[in-house]
Amino acid sequence: MSTALHGVTVGTELPPLALPPISRTTLALFGPASGDLNPIHLDLDVARSAGLDDVFAHGMLSMAYLGRLLTGWVDQRRIRSLATRFVAVTPVHGQPTCTGRVAAITEVDGERRAEVELAVVLADGTTTLTGTATIALEES
Amino acid sequence: MSPAAIDPSVVGRVLPEREVEVERGRLRSFALAIGETDAVYTDLDAARTAGHPDLPVPPTFLFGVGLGRGPEQDFGWIAELGVDLRAVLHGDQAFTYHALAHAGDTLTLAPRIADVFSRKGGALQFLVRETAVRRTDGDPVADLRETLVVRGISS
Repeated sequence: MSTALHGVTVGTELPPLALPPISRTTLALFGPASGDLNPIHLDLDVARSAGLDDVFAHGMLSMAYLGRLLTGWVDQRRIRSLATRFVAVTPVHGQPTCTGRVAAITEVDGERRAEVELAVVLADGTTTLTGTATIALEES
Repeated sequence: MSPAAIDPSVVGRVLPEREVEVERGRLRSFALAIGETDAVYTDLDAARTAGHPDLPVPPTFLFGVGLGRGPEQDFGWIAELGVDLRAVLHGDQAFTYHALAHAGDTLTLAPRIADVFSRKGGALQFLVRETAVRRTDGDPVADLRETLVVRGISS
């Protein structure tokens, strides 16, 4: 990207992305669309055989929501990296909200970049994902 | 119950390369599933107006671009390590991007097992796989790194 992204400083907060509760239909759509057909997310019998009470949402669904948070803020061609840790599983009906905050401005390979701290938090306060993204601000 | 230990000699194992074509229809299904509202990811005219040659591949789609053939084929590499898929949780996922991919691109996925280690006296094992994604012309698209956590099953 040759144009600059102005006004981004340490502490800048991204517009949060609030999602509706995750339904079983969402999981049934996300499995084949994403390619992740692990039955632990789709098949109650398999979940129970693993000692769980229910299926749970794909971690990559929440990471895809973080992708939406970023591409809703900047053009995707500015995203240099995205990394998350899955710190808690997301139950069916969990309602995630994605947030991001610029934690640092760095320069890498002659390019100014924002390091964004990311989180996904459910309505009950559970943090499910934490992570970081690096975003190109301008060529220098 | 602790899971059986993964043989540490698998670190460095190169897994089979795969070629996959990015399909517009699957990108649209992905956009629907994640509630995407930006037309750039679903509408060809909007994508081209934004300077894309075709629908762009969204940031996390590459994780599963080579999956979708069914659990036995997709996760066979895990079963070959003696790991029960039901005991696997996704621990970490990282993407480093080099160039945007688009619908119609044919991508080569080159995975390898990068690390295996355990915590809590073997009660938790960690399996790290790295996958280099490049266009068939050789241009790098992204590097992926996933950490899977293998726990005991108490059933």
